[in-house]
Amino acid sequence: MDWLVNADTTAEKLVLMLVAIGLFVLVMAVILLGVDRVKRVPQWVVVVAFVGPAMAAIAFGLVYPGLRTIRDSFYDRTSSNPVGLDNYVAAFTQDAFQVVLRNTLLWVVLVPLLATFVGLVYAVLVDRTRFEQFAKTLVFLPMAISMVGAGIIWKFVYEYRPDQQGVAQIGLLNQLLVWLGIEPQQFLLNQPFNNFFLIAVMIWIQAGFAMTVLSAAIKAIPDDIIEAARLDGLHGVGMFRYITVPSIRPALVVVVTTIAMGTLKVFDIVRTMTGGNFGTSVVANEFYNQSFRISNLGLGAALAVILFVLVIPLIVYNVRQLRLSEDIR
Amino acid sequence: MSSTRTRRTRAALAGGLGLALALSACSGGGDEGGGDGGGDAAADVDCAAYEEYGDLSGKTVSVYASIVEPEAKQQTDSYIPFEECTGATIEYEGSREFEAQLPVRLRAGNPPDIAYIPQPGFLKSIVADFPDSVVPAPEGVVANANEYYTEGWVNYGTVDGTLYATPLGANVKSFVWYSPSAFESAGYEIPTTWDDLISLSEQIVEDGGIPWCAGIGSGEATGWPATDFLEDVVLRTAGPEVYDQWVNHEIPFDDPQIVEALGTAGEILKNPEFVNGGLGDVTSIASTEWVDAGLPILDGTCWMHRAANFYQANWGEGVTVAEDGDVFAFYLPGESEDDKPLLGGGEFVTAFADRPEVAAFHAYLSSPEWANAKAEVTGQGWISANSGLDPELLQSPIDQLSFDLLTDESYTFRFDGSDQMPGAVGTGAFWTELTAWIANDKADDQVLADIEAAWPAS
Repeated sequence: MDWLVNADTTAEKLVLMLVAIGLFVLVMAVILLGVDRVKRVPQWVVVVAFVGPAMAAIAFGLVYPGLRTIRDSFYDRTSSNPVGLDNYVAAFTQDAFQVVLRNTLLWVVLVPLLATFVGLVYAVLVDRTRFEQFAKTLVFLPMAISMVGAGIIWKFVYEYRPDQQGVAQIGLLNQLLVWLGIEPQQFLLNQPFNNFFLIAVMIWIQAGFAMTVLSAAIKAIPDDIIEAARLDGLHGVGMFRYITVPSIRPALVVVVTTIAMGTLKVFDIVRTMTGGNFGTSVVANEFYNQSFRISNLGLGAALAVILFVLVIPLIVYNVRQLRLSEDIR
Repeated sequence: MSSTRTRRTRAALAGGLGLALALSACSGGGDEGGGDGGGDAAADVDCAAYEEYGDLSGKTVSVYASIVEPEAKQQTDSYIPFEECTGATIEYEGSREFEAQLPVRLRAGNPPDIAYIPQPGFLKSIVADFPDSVVPAPEGVVANANEYYTEGWVNYGTVDGTLYATPLGANVKSFVWYSPSAFESAGYEIPTTWDDLISLSEQIVEDGGIPWCAGIGSGEATGWPATDFLEDVVLRTAGPEVYDQWVNHEIPFDDPQIVEALGTAGEILKNPEFVNGGLGDVTSIASTEWVDAGLPILDGTCWMHRAANFYQANWGEGVTVAEDGDVFAFYLPGESEDDKPLLGGGEFVTAFADRPEVAAFHAYLSSPEWANAKAEVTGQGWISANSGLDPELLQSPIDQLSFDLLTDESYTFRFDGSDQMPGAVGTGAFWTELTAWIANDKADDQVLADIEAAWPAS
């Protein structure tokens, strides 16, 4: 039966194929016919059959690695000797890591707020205009680009060349500056503004997501409310402030928290554009550095746990808001 | 009821058939590729030298390395004689994430049979962290290493007195790239001492040029070209003995002699008159990718670029790399003409399995047969420290020059220091701190003190 494992000739391969097909058909037939014949199945079997695999996958793929990471964060660089809280002390006291925490804070505050704000204003502005579809597509497109791709694109936009005879600018932004008669800038190098130029990339990606969700929410505001407000004399900014925003509050919360969670995990943009140099590293990037490049598993795990702890309040808030809005319904 | 049942059964059968066909179509092709790659080259292979390896038909050796396309093709081509003569199959896998992934694979109990480790420091930590996975070099490999490599090279693959890894390729980093024609028309001589080099730089400034161009950008590895620069200077201002003590942390990282060396490096790299030709001010060194940093030489906006022999791959199509061509490199001079330190690097073949075919392939890689086979299939950009390598087979002038320097006894060879240091320094603080040294104008002594602080305690 060696040909079953190592099929060499075409004939053997064909036979093997037929055997494989036959086996597959047999198994499928048994399952599909069996489903109809079995009438009474104990409920626990059904529960285990449906929930079991998911639970097993979560336990093995999420809970176990999570617990293991928490354990490792109290161990040394090869995760063999316990070191107590040393890793956390290092993560919170060393200058380099304080910069990392500061940057993460900057990202988490700025990206969700600005991306949501931009998305919201844009959704309101283009709502029910003639070119709405086209305008929305434009802003939504960056969502389809991977973070690494976006990082590379923007790296080119920020690219620096000196303003000198015989040297041509290849970065869009610096070329604009040169046309305006301003010296080209090292956008990715000059601290602390380089962080904002990285953050702009994330906003560019996420604003489309915010716009799409919020636009749908705006369209779902009942017309009678809007008409009543109009009869009461609300227009423009007033309408936006007192009717639109309160009506879509649940959607706003979901958008802000979702983007915030995505931002906490940001890694690709920083790694692609600066590699964490020039004071732009964030927790996720530093966690990768420590774990995989410097092989300091303990410190890497501690940073991962810090990231996890930072995400928890966002998730709790998000779930509570969801519950609240469901209660109202 | 019964008709529905029949219809559903038929539909299930049909769906199953379709899926099964698709599945078998996917799995079929995979087996073909590996076995008989490049059968044509077999004709002119003389198998006499391979008889010692025995018949290894049906055996497979997996290789994992950081070398990716297009160099990976040259690697796999160089295995063909071995595969043809012994019948073994070599499965080569290159990855840009090699350094991060190898420990992951070892930890997961899924090591490759053989890995090419580019840093002795990384080899040391692999041996320390995974003593059960890594296999000491077998007898035949040890014999080859001692016969064809100098003691220095053998020592880089030795951890605690045991030889684990043998050198594969080598490179020479103490080079300054320049344009021979531009030098000739400006009347510049190739400097033979460090002082000559500095006065040449000043001469170029006087003539209205910017002498040096440099770039240390390399993604997350940004900073490594600067570490090479500093190491080259330490070898010149402090000497090889101090260099060894510094690399092995027998003296602190911020020893006064190293502070002095960094100051000397800064006289070039942080001198706004000397850098950064065609690329911007001093800080632009940090943002320029190292692969692009020498190219202003071709535009005439820069005169000299310190980089290794492997920089020749970056000059692009149509640029002749030769002493009478568009670009070439001269040896970065020492303090005096007799003082000739040479900085270089290389990869090391490490085995994680002790099967006979793995030992045989490891022995092959440390033999002159392999070095010559590799030289034959490599157009440019590869040399080896293997003394059995026939220099006639090297195809590019810079490779020949590199091999000459490497085998010339008047040059004192030292291996890249950052590659020998622990990861937290060699691939961590050393890179990032020197990047800050350039990008943020961080002070010399502060840079070195911060790297010293990052040196692992144990």
